[in-house]
Amino acid sequence: MTENKTYTSKDFSSDQEVRWCPGCGDYSILKQVQSVMPDIGVKKEDIVFISGIGCSSRFPYYMNTYGMHSIHGRATAIASGLKAARPDLSVWIITGDGDSLSIGGNHLIHLLRRNFDTNVLLFNNQIYGLTKGQYSPTSEKGKKTKSTPMGSIDHPFNPLALCLGADASFVARTMDRDPLHLRKMLKRSNEHKGTSMLEIYQNCNVFNDGAFFAMTDKETKMNTTLFLEQHQPLTFGVNNSKGIRLDGLSPQIVSVEDYSVDDLWIHDETDRVKATMLSRFFGHDFPRPFGVFYAEQRVTYEDALINQIDEVLHAKGKGDLDILLRGTNTWTID
Amino acid sequence: MTQETVEKVVIFFAGDSGDGIQLTGSQFTNTTALYGNDLSTIPDFPAEIRAPQGTLAGVSGFQISFGSTEIFTPGDECDVLVVMNVAALKANLKRLKKGGIIIANSDGFDKKNLRLAGYGDNQNPITDNSLSNYLVNEINISKLTRECLVDTSLGTKEKDRCKNMFVLGFVYWMYNRSLEHTIHFLNQKFKHKKEVLDANVKVLKAGYNFANTCEISSSRFEVKPAKMKEGTYRNIVGNQALALGLIAASQQSNLELFYASYPITPASDILHELAKHKNFGVKSFQAEDEIAAVSAAIGASFGGSLAVTATSGPGVALKAEAIGLAFMLELPLLIINVQRGGPSTGLPTKTEQADLLQAMYGRNGEAPIPVIASSTPSDCFEVAFEACRIAIQHMTPVFLLSDGYIANGAEPWMFPSAKDLSNIEVSKAQERTDYLPYQRDDKHVREWAIPGTPGLEHRIGGLEKEHNTGNVSYDSDNHEFMVKLRAKKVSTIANFIPHQQIDSGIENAKVLIVGWGSTYGAIKAAVKELFESGYSIAHVHLRYIKPFPHNLESLLKQSEHILVPEINNGQLVKILRDEFLIDAISMTKIKGIPFESREIKQRIIELHDGK
Repeated sequence: MTENKTYTSKDFSSDQEVRWCPGCGDYSILKQVQSVMPDIGVKKEDIVFISGIGCSSRFPYYMNTYGMHSIHGRATAIASGLKAARPDLSVWIITGDGDSLSIGGNHLIHLLRRNFDTNVLLFNNQIYGLTKGQYSPTSEKGKKTKSTPMGSIDHPFNPLALCLGADASFVARTMDRDPLHLRKMLKRSNEHKGTSMLEIYQNCNVFNDGAFFAMTDKETKMNTTLFLEQHQPLTFGVNNSKGIRLDGLSPQIVSVEDYSVDDLWIHDETDRVKATMLSRFFGHDFPRPFGVFYAEQRVTYEDALINQIDEVLHAKGKGDLDILLRGTNTWTID
Repeated sequence: MTQETVEKVVIFFAGDSGDGIQLTGSQFTNTTALYGNDLSTIPDFPAEIRAPQGTLAGVSGFQISFGSTEIFTPGDECDVLVVMNVAALKANLKRLKKGGIIIANSDGFDKKNLRLAGYGDNQNPITDNSLSNYLVNEINISKLTRECLVDTSLGTKEKDRCKNMFVLGFVYWMYNRSLEHTIHFLNQKFKHKKEVLDANVKVLKAGYNFANTCEISSSRFEVKPAKMKEGTYRNIVGNQALALGLIAASQQSNLELFYASYPITPASDILHELAKHKNFGVKSFQAEDEIAAVSAAIGASFGGSLAVTATSGPGVALKAEAIGLAFMLELPLLIINVQRGGPSTGLPTKTEQADLLQAMYGRNGEAPIPVIASSTPSDCFEVAFEACRIAIQHMTPVFLLSDGYIANGAEPWMFPSAKDLSNIEVSKAQERTDYLPYQRDDKHVREWAIPGTPGLEHRIGGLEKEHNTGNVSYDSDNHEFMVKLRAKKVSTIANFIPHQQIDSGIENAKVLIVGWGSTYGAIKAAVKELFESGYSIAHVHLRYIKPFPHNLESLLKQSEHILVPEINNGQLVKILRDEFLIDAISMTKIKGIPFESREIKQRIIELHDGK
């Protein structure tokens, strides 16, 4: 912060009454975002939250920063234009699984390949909440909802595999029920220069309660989740008794008693191939990874754009309107 | 050989889309402009990039009208038709007036070409007497071009590519034009290809000399410079003028120009032009689709830029929801629609004015948006500048309607100098404690508070707003109040635009012709001619369609008959009837081509004389 201004999380809370359903996972995410904001070193007036449509997209109203609650699926495109015009701003995109992966799927992949320095918080609750309970592109096959009484026949998206496929420069996952990890991932997202894709598993207690229960419940979570730490071996289970080992290109679950830690898969978030494999830990065979899957430094769109402008300014000098209007061939009538 | 002085000439160049017809046309245009003639041009592109050679679908054309008198349109009938093959003749003979001149490349009339153009065995329009109403100059251009380049090492294909220069040289001689400008142009274009440069110049001169010595042409013509208003001119194409208008508005408002669009005919040239001018700080963004383009522009506008998106009708359909958002956010945004033939994909390379009602009403909910229209290629500059002014000063999305005809058409332009352009005052909200996002000034305009301004942090969105605070409100009385307030804000713009002028003719005329957009030239030419022969007529041409100028109603109510010519099935006429309860008469043409002034003239005479 440049002016020695010290914020508290309260400074980021707007005067609007928060109106999500009681018990919604969004409350936790809002609280952690507000608590992280004072630490990111950006002035309040330089922060913008942009959302699309859906329950999660009410988020900007509750943040005492600049914000826009836009239209369905377009937050990513609006944020792209804002960041291109104003590289100085800290731009946060709030979106859901329907907003970013269904109606806004196109803009999401183009945001990622262009690598605008923005932070995407994808609230994934695997359901349409605002329209009262239809299946979403991340709902599991066979899911019975109002629009799929016989069970969904849609094959679901694997969001992070999709994002890696679109050449995202930063891909991470966290969950609403783990505030510590959520805060850590928010900070990492903010620190990354480029588009940060943070998928947040968020429980919709009204229309899809317990979607991530196995990953949040004390009894089961040890065996169903895998927390990624840079340069650390992939271990999970009670007392980290299990590990992941790579046999060629095949991951295997092994007991750490049988293998030394050095034999395990050591997490390297700069390895795109391994990140892609981790994103495929998506069924019930393997624990679900949380943390930073992948992070690479790649030029951002806005920097490349400014570079081109500077290059032309250097070569041609600042544009002269009279020369432009005159063009190359003129004639005079007296 | 005789030499005639003529006041006005219309030439149509036509050939395969690979024959370099557009280049030939634009070279002739630039030379003619530099000579001091008034002029107007229109290209006629095929929809396919390279349709099969020799077929009717592959014919590309370019029409120019130039004269020593004022020129308002590219012309109705042609005096000269230049055709590189028989398909070009077949597709365009209807444009040529009786007694007109045909310059035909006889090599393009061989068996293969005749068959491709759909002629039967032993049929050939040149030999079967069907062209007896015209003066036919048959020249084997391909053969002469190849012979001229016999000493070069260029391949046959490359040699053949020079044949448009032969035609150009030939026509330059016919109209007594210097080769100097084109030689200069070729020098620039083929700077690094000496052999190609030499070949083109050689063939250009050969065409000129051939016309001079062979006496094949019946006449040589003199078209004296036009008596135009004193000043310095350049030639300008409509889309280029639009781009320059945007840059000028950006400079005069001190706002960075952010332009986002998705490629679409016939609007893409605006993107091409703007992308060249990054040294004016222009940020051009080719988005992944039409929706992303308008959305990115909205984001940039929120960030304080002069934000513009351009497209054609199908793109506007895709952008509609986001335009509604911009309307609710009350942010400045310019949406340019370079209209083309519709509906759906329609006629992408043809012109139409059929998106007026879309611009007026094509959104969900009550969402009136200012609409302004450009009427000629050079007018695009002023209209773009003015549209930006309205968007910025009234915090609203604005529609600018152009169309394929003016977008690709060219005319001389007495360009302004930067110091003569007005400044566009921008008021951005400054740091203070009592800021409310939807508090308004006496124009009913809210303030533009851009991110980065301390203390003005606020949230906006597409949900209905509470008056003043801008908080989300579902209150029914507030909704009705806000709908009316937003409409009032837009109608108040009428206080900040000039009164409608009569373009030509007299006040209280018996017949008043009301036009908008690209019909300007055709209407003006018709009205001028009839007015000079004593008809009680007048021409009003609307730039501002939403809101209308305050005095428009009184102007309309002075006349016995109101005629509204449009290149659509009657759209402005509906709005005029609705707004003013007048018995306006619709005149329509929906062929993908502009009106001819004689068509309008004919209809005026019928109305005026009560036939």
